[in-house]
Amino acid sequence: MTTAQRLTLFLMMAPAILWLGVLIVLPHVEILILSFSERVAPRVYQFGFGNYLEFFTEPLYWRTFARTAIMSILVTAITLVLAFPIALYIARVAQGRVKAMLLLLCLLPFWVSELVRTLGWMMLLRETGIISYMLRMTGLADQPVELLYNDGAVILGLVYGGLLFMIVPLANALESLDPSVVEAGYDLGGSRWTVLRRIVVPHAMPGIVAGSIIVFMLTVGNFATPVLLGGKNGLWFTEQIYAQFITRFNWPQGAAFGMLLLLLSSAIVWAGLRLTRQGLGTTLRQA
Amino acid sequence: MNRPPLLWKFYIAAFYIFLFAPLVAVAVFAFNASPFPSPPWRGFTLEWFTGTAAVFGKPGVLQDPIWLTTIGNSLKVALPVALLAVVIGTVNAWLLERAQFPGKTFLAMMMLWPLVIPGVVLGISILAFFSRVANTLEDWLQMDLDPLRPGLSLVVLGQLSFILSISTLIIAARLRKFDRSLEEAAFDLGASRARVLRTITLPFLRPALVGAGLVALLMSFENFNTTLMLVGSDAPLPITMYGQMREGATPAINAVSLLVMLAVGGIASLFALTSKSQS
Repeated sequence: MTTAQRLTLFLMMAPAILWLGVLIVLPHVEILILSFSERVAPRVYQFGFGNYLEFFTEPLYWRTFARTAIMSILVTAITLVLAFPIALYIARVAQGRVKAMLLLLCLLPFWVSELVRTLGWMMLLRETGIISYMLRMTGLADQPVELLYNDGAVILGLVYGGLLFMIVPLANALESLDPSVVEAGYDLGGSRWTVLRRIVVPHAMPGIVAGSIIVFMLTVGNFATPVLLGGKNGLWFTEQIYAQFITRFNWPQGAAFGMLLLLLSSAIVWAGLRLTRQGLGTTLRQA
Repeated sequence: MNRPPLLWKFYIAAFYIFLFAPLVAVAVFAFNASPFPSPPWRGFTLEWFTGTAAVFGKPGVLQDPIWLTTIGNSLKVALPVALLAVVIGTVNAWLLERAQFPGKTFLAMMMLWPLVIPGVVLGISILAFFSRVANTLEDWLQMDLDPLRPGLSLVVLGQLSFILSISTLIIAARLRKFDRSLEEAAFDLGASRARVLRTITLPFLRPALVGAGLVALLMSFENFNTTLMLVGSDAPLPITMYGQMREGATPAINAVSLLVMLAVGGIASLFALTSKSQS
């Protein structure tokens, strides 16, 4: 390599190194260090595991963490079940214009801000909202019904937010399924259910994994949906991070929570990829 | 699977109603002549778009300095983010597709990494790191470094941290399809490096550059998680909306949302058009 080529390469690499170094790697080193520092006196910090111990000894913290993890898995599972028939229909049944239309209609709501979608659900679900009003008008309820601020509302909002990220990878995976294989399954006497379970679902596995990983990641890291739809009962772990950082100004504690969230999210991504022996790159590209 | 069962079709229909119900609710109640964004329907009005405070005691979106400032803030963030995402994304794409150097696979992996980090964690890590840098530099230089404190400049950096991954992916995918013999032909015909870039390579990349810019614009405009951790006193649109939704808002928030939906719909169809010419 000549000196000029070397210089060109170096100059072209500079933005990437700056980006990954200054905006990703160093900030993560910073919160890692921060998470292991304990305040011993005002403005005096020393190394220690106190922030992590605090997490395990204070029930509110670890319960919120466990709750966030379990509910995110539940949300992912519900999203998968709801999205599968839609993806199957788009990929295998719908043709031409209808197919393009159905896919486009799926995409549209997700180009709109998360806040706008959440506002819509709040308007539908709250005590003075549209569903409550309609129930009273039709005589199904004789007083306002509060559907907001419970776990059901949180799950509904999160599932809604995850659907697109499940449908697209699923539809992509199902697209490549050879119709003759399905035919063969029927010819060999398989019922609809058997063909679905033994042929269609295994074929869609890469899409199922990609979609599930993305939905889980988005759900665990979500903030606005659980806080706005769950209210005081939302109890999402990101809210604890926010509270430590912005409200209480206890950055070391918040940093420890951040590391735990990162760990949870990465662990699930890693497990998902290992389970199916897929690369991160191909999985992300599928989405 | 030639004739889908009726139940299946019914489910598809129900699903799409479910998908659009919240958006329709938001849009319809932007026109309700009531001080609250809830039923009953009290008649059609445009007050929540253009009205002064005369009728309902609260102004419509286009008359309200709070909403106008916050939309301005969003643009102040989204435009630099989109511009930088395209420029740096192009350089990154060149690195991934054209350059040869040790550690390239590692660099490519690193460029995907920001996409699997929760937005909140990106936000707090950048907040903490830049505070440390600002503290150190301020002691040393004896001057204030406000751009490194929570505020719009930090929001730009925070959003770039993951939007760059996406713009790089979009532009690299296009560059991969480029036929290099076109460039060689131009060189053979005596064109300079700059001229080849200007007349051959960049025109070929144009759909991806426009697409990456639009996606970056949208993602920046809508980002909430990372932005929330990095805002100072000037809030972009999602942050203001969040605040109003917690306190209970007037239908002005529906009007803002409808305007956002229309703008986003416009940008998205632009993107659909550019990506159609791409394939």
